[in-house]
Amino acid sequence: MKISKSIPGTWFFIMAISSLFIGLLFGALGGLQYVLPGFLKEALSFQKIRPLHVYLVINWIFCAAAGAVYYYIPYVSGRKLYSTLLAKLHILIQLIILIWVVTGFFMGRFGGREYLEFPPYIVVLIIVAWILFMINFFVTVRPSFKEVPVYIWSWSTGLLFFLITICEAQLWLLPHFNNNIIRDITVQWKAMGSMVGSWNMLVYGSAMFVMEKITGDKGINRSKKAFFFYFLGLTNLLFNWGHHTYIVPSSELVRTISYTISMTELLILANIIYSFRKTYFKTNPHKHFLSFRIVTYAEAWILLNLVLSISISVPAINFYTHGTHITVAHAMGTTIGINTLLLLSSLVLIAEEMIGDGKLFTPYFNRSFIFLNISLLVFWLSLVGMGICKIIAVHEKNSFTEMMARLYPYFQVFSISGIFVFLGLLLVLMPVFKTFLKLGLAKQSSDPS
Amino acid sequence: MQKLLIFAILFITYITYSSWVYTRGTDRASIMSSHQELGKQIYQEYNCQSCHQLFGLGGYLGPELTTVISDKNRGELYARILLENGAIRMPNFHLSPKQVNALIDYLKYVDANAFTYKTDGK
Ligand code: HEC
Ligand code: HEM
Repeated sequence: MKISKSIPGTWFFIMAISSLFIGLLFGALGGLQYVLPGFLKEALSFQKIRPLHVYLVINWIFCAAAGAVYYYIPYVSGRKLYSTLLAKLHILIQLIILIWVVTGFFMGRFGGREYLEFPPYIVVLIIVAWILFMINFFVTVRPSFKEVPVYIWSWSTGLLFFLITICEAQLWLLPHFNNNIIRDITVQWKAMGSMVGSWNMLVYGSAMFVMEKITGDKGINRSKKAFFFYFLGLTNLLFNWGHHTYIVPSSELVRTISYTISMTELLILANIIYSFRKTYFKTNPHKHFLSFRIVTYAEAWILLNLVLSISISVPAINFYTHGTHITVAHAMGTTIGINTLLLLSSLVLIAEEMIGDGKLFTPYFNRSFIFLNISLLVFWLSLVGMGICKIIAVHEKNSFTEMMARLYPYFQVFSISGIFVFLGLLLVLMPVFKTFLKLGLAKQSSDPS
Repeated sequence: MQKLLIFAILFITYITYSSWVYTRGTDRASIMSSHQELGKQIYQEYNCQSCHQLFGLGGYLGPELTTVISDKNRGELYARILLENGAIRMPNFHLSPKQVNALIDYLKYVDANAFTYKTDGK
């Protein structure tokens, strides 16, 4: 059975890719500000560029994940989408939020916290949009949790915990939290850490569906192992956030719990993808080969990031690495190498279901994809290098200015390879973007959802 | 059924843990004054966190500020000069003297509560 066209899904993909392209442009400008201190310092300083970049690229992750869910749920449930009207409303609100936040940042209107720098009242709209999405999901799927495959659990968890954590991230508005810096920072990172877990649940859920679709093996998402992995992921989502806050003087217990739990999650995912690869070669070697290929690259990134995350979750190492670009390597390594690639595998799978399997698998795509991965590796290594160099500089008691001078060669590599990552993503995503744009603009009469 | 049970147990543990984190797990800090709170608000409105870290959290283009006040090589006066004039990378925000005072007061509060920085000998 083929996946059928979803208008809301298509428009979410169009919004997601546009958001990513613009977000990458700001990332590249931010990279240049590292190399050229005076560059756009007054007109569009890092104070605006960083939130513009981070907001837009995270918006890519959320919109692409939502688009994939809109495409997949009629297929997995065998029902039509509950309400196209609610879905359209969801898109509309999402678009309003996007425009509002981006213009606000341009005009220097902040007032929120890191990663959610916009004024807190915008969160009300985010919550409304999310509830519309949840209604559509749960009424369409009507999951009976005793039997459903693991990706339904994953999506449901992602949906629920984004709602919980976006609310939790607003607790600072209450004096009980705001007036106590330790509580405030701890709760902020608790909420953000679990929010990252919530989008991972959405992304991994879709990745697991992709694997099932490619191999035709329904067992992989119903096995004991798959559920073991899911519950371990959930435990991480709930309790591992503390590794962001080792240095914050909260109770010792927070550190112990998060360290113990941090060590496990990605390994299991790598394991699952690994076994998927075996099944793939046994069962169905020519279906959606491109999506398969992208997933195997994501697997390599998972392993690489796993080594880094486990290292920086060890308190003795974290003592040195926290507050350095190693954290940024961790953040961008996982959001690009893992989240973006896994989402790309979904987008490619869906696009090829629409236009014909193998249509996107061209030498052009291949070359661009390799180019992207090499650039990303250099980009990632430059961030790790910056982090290590900063640790040495701090150890030798360099002043901030001396340290910045010492890091300069790394900044150059970071900034240039960042531009290459931008180009790589542009090249890889362009054919996918065009496909969805054509689908979105085509006559809507054939829309079954 | 088993799966729902595991989920329920995890969820209840999460709620319990969260309530503890919201209260006793984080009660070491002193409570900030309203003037310091104003400083915090300005810190957010100017998005200082995009370039600076407190407790290692925030963007990385600028220096970590948790202990800027008690740092022998930096200190309050230096911080004031930076806030009033900007520097090579730090923009001049044309802050009013009142805003600068509130920001400094907030940074003092953060510094006073940075126990982990001091006991670790940093
Ligand atoms: C565009 C990035 C940026 C923004 C936004 C920014 N700063 Fe800075 N700040 C810097 C940099 C970089 C330095 C180091 C001096 C330099 O190279 O300009 C600095 C230095 C400082 C210092 C002196 C500490 C030291 O170690 O040098 C203080 C205090 C400070 N900033 C406070 C603030 C406050 C408060 C805000 C918000 C109102 C703010 N900064 C916004 C980039 C920024
Ligand atoms: C899909 C692509 C990308 C994603 C998902 C992404 C995501 C992120 C995230 C989550 C952060 C916050 C990091 C943290 O707080 O530790 C960040 C910061 C940043 N990113 Fe990206 N990024 C992407 C591509 C790029 C590219 C191509 C560049 C180009 C140079 C870039 C430049 C930056 C810069 C300069 C920062 C700020 C670092 C700092 O705080 O000093 N990003 N990005």
